Formats: sequence, C-alpha cells, structure tokens
Amino acid sequence: MEQTDADHIAAVLKGDTARFEVLIQKYLPRVFATARRYARRDDEVEDIVQEVWLKAFQKLGSFRGEAPFEHWLMRLTVRTCYDFLRSHRRNRETTFSQLTEPENDWLDRFVAQPEAASENADAARQLIERLLAELSPAARLVITLLEIEDRSVKEIAELTGWSVTLVKVRAFRARAEMRKGLAKIAKDKYL
Amino acid sequence: MNLVELERKLIAAARATPPNDRVPYAFEKRIIALLAVRPELDGWAQWGKALWRASAPCVAIMLLLGAWSYFAPAGSTSTSLSQDFENTLLAAVDQNGESW
Repeated sequence: MEQTDADHIAAVLKGDTARFEVLIQKYLPRVFATARRYARRDDEVEDIVQEVWLKAFQKLGSFRGEAPFEHWLMRLTVRTCYDFLRSHRRNRETTFSQLTEPENDWLDRFVAQPEAASENADAARQLIERLLAELSPAARLVITLLEIEDRSVKEIAELTGWSVTLVKVRAFRARAEMRKGLAKIAKDKYL
Repeated sequence: MNLVELERKLIAAARATPPNDRVPYAFEKRIIALLAVRPELDGWAQWGKALWRASAPCVAIMLLLGAWSYFAPAGSTSTSLSQDFENTLLAAVDQNGESW
C-alpha cells in the first residue's frame, strides 16, 4: 500500500528522519521552480531551497494536517522567498540605460509595430526580469503571484500571511511601481 | 510608447516561460546531511536555558540588596516612607511656590 504524506510526517515526528527524504524528493522540483521566480543565480536558488527544507523540518510539528502538506510547504516557500528579496535589496539599482542589444531591438520593434514584438522572445523575458528586479520586495512578490502566476487575492493572502486588504493595497502600489518602471524605460530610451 | 500594451506584453512573456524545476544532483541528500548536523531547535529548552542563566545574577543581586539593607547605618533623618514619598511628590509644587 502506498504511503501518504501524513504517514511520512508522522514517522518523521516520531524520530525517523530518513522518511523526510521521501517528502523532499516529492516536492523538491516545485520548491526549486518557485525559488527560481525570485532568484536568478544558482547558488541563491539553492540557498533558498535549503532554507525552506530546514524550516519545514523544524516546524513540522506545527503542521496540523488540515490542509495538504503541499499547501503548507508552498506557504513556507513563498515566505522564505520574500525574506530573501528583502535581504537582497542591494541588487535593485539597475539602470534601464544599460539595456542589451536584443532588448533595445525588441523595444524598437514594439514602438514601431506593437503586434510585431513577440511575447516569446528572450529579449522580452529579459526585460520583464529587469523590470521585476527594480520593484520593491512586496511589489515583486505581489506582481509575480497575481499577474504572472494568476493567483487570486485570497490565495495570495493565504500564501503570504497578509490580510486580503493588505494584498489589495500592495497590489495597487505594485502596479504603480510597474508603471513607473515602464515609464523610466520609455524616458531613458526615447527622451 | 503605449505603456499599458508594453506591460501586457511583458507580463505575457513572463507567463509564457514557467521557471525551470530542475533539481541539482543529490540535493535531497545534502539537506538530509544538514539536518543530521544541525541540532533541532526547541523553544522551551532555549527558554529554560535562558532562565537558568539569569538565575545566578538575580540571586547575587538579591543577596547584595539584602546585605545592604541589613548593614546600612540607621542614620536616616526621615520619619517614614510615606512622608518621604509625599515630600518627593510635592517637591516640584513647593519649589514652584517659592519661585513666585
């Protein structure tokens, strides 16, 4: 009979640490994918993932089993990513005047003919990455969860531990920050 | 430049490329090894340890104050604690009256 997450968790809490490896193997790709949304360098991603699992092990006793383990783990992951963003704010001062050639070309194409600039281009992905890196930690988290991952305000509130009202306020501010960043691109490039 | 359209395009670009979920080789082994090395944090044990550490200075202060109150010379001019308290409390009012 196949064992459930609850069985593995119960075994770990009884002292069978080796059973924790089963949980790690099962959810490691998901945690890595989430961490890669917020960190670019491999060593930073690995640090985040490691931190998530160490916290998960230490806090496993507080998991009450009312929701799936995956939800509990994803909350922990998102909060660890947010902590990472807050502690790495020094990287935010990038200038849009230093856009790469493909990024410049993509923007030129967009200005000349918006529909001709493909969303699947690497340059577009680099540009959004640059733009997200400029945002404050809370704004980046909200834009990622709300706009890119298409989650609801309620889901974001559960993941982050913020109230629904706070999520709405932060989403409003985050969109304003995005527009400011985009205006900066336009100004640096065309004025 | 149409910034609303640019924002829509860039968000669509981010949506179109979900992040890679590749896991480095034997990463789970690394975490298990770390768990074995790192002692488990027990909040109550930490609290108990802190209390034990604080108990020695507390006892020392208690003994010092006890000794001081026992051996201090009884040359105080005050009549009672309540009188001292009242004097201290009304000192500002008394001085205020004198200044006028």
